[in-house]
Amino acid sequence: MTDTTFRISHLGERALLFEVPGPMVLDVQRRIWAFARELDERKEVRETVPGVHSVLAILHDEVATERFAPRLAALWNEIEPLREPGRLIEVPVVYGGEMGEDLGWIASSRDLTVREAVEIHSAPEYTVYALGSQPGFGYLGGLDACLATPRRTTPRLSVVAGSIIIGGAQAGVLSRTSPSGWHIIGHTELDFFDPAADQPSLIAPGDRIRFRPVEVLS
Amino acid sequence: MIEIVNPGPLASIQDLGRTGLRSIGVGSSGAMDPRALRIANRLIGNDDAAAGIEFTYGDFEIRFTQSLDIAISGAAAEIFIDDAATPRWWAQTVHAGQCLRAGFSQSGMRIYLAVGGGIDVPVVMGARATDLKGAFGGLDGRMLQAGDRLQARRPRLGAEITGFGLSKAHHPGLFAEGAEERVLRFVPAAEWDDYDDANQQLFVETDWTVSYDSNRNGSRLEGPQLVPMHRRELLSHGILPGTIQLPPSGQPVVQLQEANTCGGYPKLGALIAADLHRFAQVPLGETVRFKPVMLDEARAADAVEEHRIRAIAR
Repeated sequence: MTDTTFRISHLGERALLFEVPGPMVLDVQRRIWAFARELDERKEVRETVPGVHSVLAILHDEVATERFAPRLAALWNEIEPLREPGRLIEVPVVYGGEMGEDLGWIASSRDLTVREAVEIHSAPEYTVYALGSQPGFGYLGGLDACLATPRRTTPRLSVVAGSIIIGGAQAGVLSRTSPSGWHIIGHTELDFFDPAADQPSLIAPGDRIRFRPVEVLS
Repeated sequence: MIEIVNPGPLASIQDLGRTGLRSIGVGSSGAMDPRALRIANRLIGNDDAAAGIEFTYGDFEIRFTQSLDIAISGAAAEIFIDDAATPRWWAQTVHAGQCLRAGFSQSGMRIYLAVGGGIDVPVVMGARATDLKGAFGGLDGRMLQAGDRLQARRPRLGAEITGFGLSKAHHPGLFAEGAEERVLRFVPAAEWDDYDDANQQLFVETDWTVSYDSNRNGSRLEGPQLVPMHRRELLSHGILPGTIQLPPSGQPVVQLQEANTCGGYPKLGALIAADLHRFAQVPLGETVRFKPVMLDEARAADAVEEHRIRAIAR
């Protein structure tokens, strides 16, 4: 495996943060997934939190974190990218309308028709880089650059679960009703997080997502 | 049955929180002062992780409709069982018809009530803690309201507890209120070295005011503006309760029990485990200071705290 630069730091006395600098590259992220999976097998590791280009390794109380750090580095250098493809999840979306109120201006500001903007958003296969921010929320890579939109300066106080959203170069589906500074372009009825389910989160890192337009409202 | 007559400003059912689910975006939640909840549980023979009620700033009233072992811990407030003033860090068996009332807290911010066997609510994803932001756990995922009725899982255990507590003489740490309680130790984190000596010094020499714009997710701090030598664009990465971030505003934020599992702001440090509960007891509007420590000191401090908690038993 080619060497990437990385950084290891402490987050408190029990956790180590391993990071590879951006920009986001899927092959690096595939190594991150494999790395987190490998770390989960180590007896020193209590829990891992894969991020975008990063893994937070929370270690057991008795582990001397500063002695584990060099092993983290050595292990990374042996890690091959995870090649097995994640599940493909199709997400039916009603674009635009009251529950996708930002679609119109995002399209017109790029000189696109609403229909063209929907085509561009629903064309790629997105990849779930990592889960975080809220339960069951995935940071999705794969958004076409022409739809990238800087976040709102003032977040909306309440955005409904199921909202199809864009924040900067990332796409996502809001999994719980919450405040959000991302832009809303549509809505899905698919439930991305059910606390009562055996597998509460619909998606996992590495899964692929395709948005299927059900209807386009003006 | 336990009836909430008045929950005060914010009351919720909490235990020691969830583990192992951060990778799907589910944070720990749980008691903001886990030390206090654990001690209350220990005073009545519960497991450390039994669910209790976390009250904010006191000012609550509860009525009991059966005989029940209870314990009170955490912040200092005038507490009464019927008309009898009750000390802090106290356990007692109460009976049907009795009332527990608390005035507004005099120092500290969070008071805990443990009941025999813990509060009986469903386990959601491994814990009974209320995740207010995610709206799950506890009682229907929400804060407690007047009129709520809760059940204890094992109301009574063994002989009646006529009343006993932890004394200041034997447990000075539980009664500490001096300025040293407001000095919080932290381990520097990834972006600490992005700040020059002057800014690092400013961080550790400032009396930071805990903003009223704070909650169980996190606390904002008000003080001088800190400026990094260069700005870094970070990708979303895992964070933990206790993480001290510096958003572009230059005013630090301390992430707490209901913090998101991932964040993207630069990190100055993380509070050591032994001081997280101290921070959670600092009332809004008051000040704190931060002191960098080495890993060994952080771990030793936690081991001492742990030893002291484990020495407490019914």
